[in-house]
Amino acid sequence: MTTLTAVGLPPAKGRSGFSGALRSEWTKIRSVRSTTYTLLATAIVTIGISTLFSWGQSGHTSTDDLADFDAVRNSLFGIIFGQLVIVVIGSMTLSSEYSTGMIRTSLTSMPRRGTVFGAKLLVFTVVALVTGLFCSFTSFFIGQSFFSSTKIHDFRNGESVDIAVRDLSTSLDKPHVLQAVIGGGLYLAVSALLAFGLAAILRHTAGAITAAIGVLFVTFIMGQFLPHDWAVKVDKYIPFLAGSQIWGLKKLGEKGVPMFSAWGGFGLFVGYAGAAILIGAYLFHRRDA
Amino acid sequence: MIEAQSLTKRYGDKLAVDQLSFSVQPGQVTGFLGPNGAGKSTTMRLILGLDAPTAGTVTVNGRPFAAADNPMREVGALLEAKAIHGGRSAYHHLLCLAQTNDLPARRVGEVLELVGLSDVARKRSKGFSLGMGQRLGIAAALLGDPKVLMFDEPVNGLDPEGILWIRNLMKALASEGRTVFVSSHLMSEMEHTADHLLVIGRGRLIADCTVAEFIEQNSEQQVRVRTPDADRMTQLVAADGGRVTAEGATLRISRLPLERVGDLAFENGIRLHELTALQASLEQAFMELTKEAVEYHAAVPGSRAQDGAPGATSDVPSEKVEA
Repeated sequence: MTTLTAVGLPPAKGRSGFSGALRSEWTKIRSVRSTTYTLLATAIVTIGISTLFSWGQSGHTSTDDLADFDAVRNSLFGIIFGQLVIVVIGSMTLSSEYSTGMIRTSLTSMPRRGTVFGAKLLVFTVVALVTGLFCSFTSFFIGQSFFSSTKIHDFRNGESVDIAVRDLSTSLDKPHVLQAVIGGGLYLAVSALLAFGLAAILRHTAGAITAAIGVLFVTFIMGQFLPHDWAVKVDKYIPFLAGSQIWGLKKLGEKGVPMFSAWGGFGLFVGYAGAAILIGAYLFHRRDA
Repeated sequence: MIEAQSLTKRYGDKLAVDQLSFSVQPGQVTGFLGPNGAGKSTTMRLILGLDAPTAGTVTVNGRPFAAADNPMREVGALLEAKAIHGGRSAYHHLLCLAQTNDLPARRVGEVLELVGLSDVARKRSKGFSLGMGQRLGIAAALLGDPKVLMFDEPVNGLDPEGILWIRNLMKALASEGRTVFVSSHLMSEMEHTADHLLVIGRGRLIADCTVAEFIEQNSEQQVRVRTPDADRMTQLVAADGGRVTAEGATLRISRLPLERVGDLAFENGIRLHELTALQASLEQAFMELTKEAVEYHAAVPGSRAQDGAPGATSDVPSEKVEA
C-alpha cells in the first residue's frame, strides 16, 4: 500500500483566489491543441484573405474608386472572414468545459464561480487581443507593401486601360491610421468575446458559434435587404456595421445611410458583447452546473 | 465531516432529494446506498455546490463548501468518470486544478505516482480507458490532501484489481482520520468497504446505521438444516412457531434461533447432517428495504418479478450470497 501522506504539500498560505485561478486558466488554454489550431486558423484566414484582397486591389483600382480608396480598410479586408473563425475559440474556451464535463471538476476545485468566470474571461481577452492585433498589424503592413505601387486603370471606349502606377499606401504616423489598425485587432477580439458571452448563455459549442455568426454576419446580410427608409434608421445599429467603423479611415456602409463614428460605433459593439457576457456571467453564477 | 439539514432539491416537478438530514463522520467509510435514481449523485452535487438546494443547507467541516479558504484541501471528489477535457494531458489536467488552490506543481507528480499514472502523465486523457479515467479522477480528488473525500460510484467499470485498489484506498483514507463518503448501488461492494451506511430511496433517507445494524434490522436470520427426517423436523419446528421452507432434505428455518433448532432436534432424537446459521447479505437486506422506493421497475419478459425489486440492481451479479 502506497503511503497517502502528502509529501509535496506544504501548509496552506492564505485563501485561494484570483491569481491561482488566472494561472489555472492560462494552463487550460495553452494545454489543448484546439487553441493552437483555431488561433492559427484565425491568423491564416485573416491575413491570407487580406493579402489576396490587397494584391487584387493593387492590380486594378479604377479611377472611379480613387476617391473612396481606404488604404487601411482595404488592407484589413480579411477581418470579415477572420471574425467567423475567432468566434470558434471564443465559444470553445467556455463551452468545451460543458461538453466534456470538465466544468464540474473546475467548480469542485474552485467553487467560487465569479472567480472562475472572471479568470477565464480575462485570460481569454488577453489571448484574443494578442491574436487580433497580430492579425491586423500583419495584414496592414502586407497591404501597404502592395498599395505602394497600385496600378490605376480607366475605362476608355469600353475597355480597361492601365493609365498610371501610384503609391496609395499609408503609414502608421498618418492621422487615424494607428487607431484604425489597432481597431482591427480590437474588433476581432470583441467578436470573440461576444462568442464567449453567448457560450456562457447557451453552454453549447455549436449553438454559441451559430449564434455569434448570426449576430455578426447574418444581421449584416439581412440589413442589405432593408428598404432605404428603414436602412437609414436601422443600419447603424447592426453589430458588424457599428463595430467596423473603427477599422478604417472612411465610413463603412451605403452612401446616404448614417453611421456611428469610429469610437461611437465600436462602443456600441462592445456594448453588445458586454451584454452577452453580463447575462452569461449571471447565468454562470446562478445555474446548476 | 459533512452535515445536511433538511436538504431538498426539486427539478421541475420531480423531487430528487427530499428533506435529507444526515451527518457523515470522519475516520470511517460511509456508504451512500440507493437504487438508481434515488438521489445519490444529486446529494453529492448539492454538497459541492454544483447544484443549489431548493431548501435546506449542507456544510462541509462546518461551512458551506464554497466558503472554504482552500476548497481542494477540504474536499476531494470523484463525481463522474472522465469529467475531463480529453484533449488535455493527465499532467496538465491536474496542474490546472492544483493552480486554482495554489498547490505546488510537484504535488501533481506525487498523486500521479500514487494512482499509478506516471507513465502516461503526458498523454492526452482522450485515449485513457475507463479505469485510467477513474484513476485520474481519484488523483484529482487527492491533490489537495483533503479532509473529506467523496466518490460517486467509484468502482463502475473497473477490473477486479482496480476494485480492490479503490477499496483499500478508501479504507486507508478513513484510517488516516478522513471523512470518506462513497455512493454505490452495489450492495455487495458496500458490505466489503463501508463501516457506516446511509440508505436512500426516492430522495428520502431510509436508514442511517452501521452495516451490522442494517443487516440485523432489515433481514431475518435463517437456519439451514439438512436431515434425513425432514418431515418430522418440519412439524416440530412449525409447532414451536418457526417457519420452514423445504427443499428435499434441506430445510430453511426462520423465526427460530439456531440454538432452539439444535435443541429441538436433540430432544427429539432427530439426526442432523447440517446446522448452519445463514447470514443475510446486505444485498438481500437492501432489496427488502428499498423495494417500495425503487424508481424504475423493469419488467422481465416471460417471468414474474422476483425479490420485489427487479431492475433496480441490474448491475448486481445474481448469485445469492450466503456467508
